Amino acid sequence: MIITFELNGAPASARVMAPVSLLDVLRDQLGLPGSKNVCEQGECGSCSVILDDEVVCSCLVMAGDIEGSTVVTVEGLGEGLNPVQEALHRAGAVQCGFCTPGIVVTATDLFTKRPRPDDDEIKEALAGNICRCTGYGAIVRALRGLAEVER
Amino acid sequence: MKVHHPTTLDEALAAVEAGAVPLAGGTDLMVEVNFGHIRPDHVVGLRRIGELSSWEDRRIGAMVTWRTVETKGPKAYAEAARTVGSPQIRNAGTIGGNLGTASPAGDGHPFLAAVDAGVELVSRRGRRVLAWSDFFTGVKRTARQPEELITAVVLPERLPMRHAFGKVGVRNAMVIATVCAVVTRDEDGATTAAFGSVAPTPIRAPRAEEMISAEPKPTESALAEFQRLVSEEVQPITDHRSTEAYRRHAAGVLARRLLERCLR
Repeated sequence: MIITFELNGAPASARVMAPVSLLDVLRDQLGLPGSKNVCEQGECGSCSVILDDEVVCSCLVMAGDIEGSTVVTVEGLGEGLNPVQEALHRAGAVQCGFCTPGIVVTATDLFTKRPRPDDDEIKEALAGNICRCTGYGAIVRALRGLAEVER
Repeated sequence: MKVHHPTTLDEALAAVEAGAVPLAGGTDLMVEVNFGHIRPDHVVGLRRIGELSSWEDRRIGAMVTWRTVETKGPKAYAEAARTVGSPQIRNAGTIGGNLGTASPAGDGHPFLAAVDAGVELVSRRGRRVLAWSDFFTGVKRTARQPEELITAVVLPERLPMRHAFGKVGVRNAMVIATVCAVVTRDEDGATTAAFGSVAPTPIRAPRAEEMISAEPKPTESALAEFQRLVSEEVQPITDHRSTEAYRRHAAGVLARRLLERCLR
């Protein structure tokens, strides 16, 4: 079956022949490898996308069920670096970088909805994004700095 | 592969009757798919059905997400919702999906058991509301018939004055409970205590409840007896997550602390 939806601000469609995830469709059919495939069980957050204005794990979204929905991936967060990406870049808040796209999507959603989050809110928002290099200190410092700028 | 996207309950029920697998938030179903355990080729997505996402007074639609329960649920239910998965999981996962999966560790179940909530099931033949205790029949087994959809949780007309949720696990986010519990205490002392992860289904501790309900102002020794009875009444097993002995101990301690919170 063909599904149609909005992807990063433009109409998109995909052919879905099996109960595959949105993540698989993004990476394998639509040429958007920014969302990473790691745990496939919603534990790690590396595949985070914004679906109908909420951050979700795209590995747990059945592609056949997104008909008519709006999806934003890390590739669709705007031209160049957005303020979250800029803050992470400046703070060196990247080690191997594999979790970074998921963290960028999750943190961008946080700052969109709550421009001046406190530390607890930052940590809570990122509770579903695992950095296996354990680089959390720099990530939280980067986002704390951004929240202070916003203040 | 066929996926239905109905906007009305009637269309969804027709699809389910024709054999479509109901899909709520996907947070359990897709794990099974990703790991190759199941491969449903006929699915009905339920998230476009307004009726299932509505929350009217004490009837909470099955497609209400944990994120919504976290922000507007009754205290202990909101506390439980806050411990489900991660923000991503709470944005997608629903209370109806949680019931459909019927994991013994489901964080939402103890609240429903503690307040004697009902589960509404609908098929093309009619609507029925089952007591929570009739709904859960075993590990990941429920009384839902294949042609039925879980449509709502029905709370009692009045909730106990105080209620609190607690969960023991190895970290805050993304943790499956070693033990989780809800204790309620009403103005007249009536107390309920319900537990998850310590039996094939959510369970209550009736002897502990009866004993402590008769204590208008529980003393230290009454609290200790309550704790002891809870540890005795739960029916945990040893598995990869914990041991039977630890779960018994933790259930007792947790129940006592939650009761103390209700008494404050």
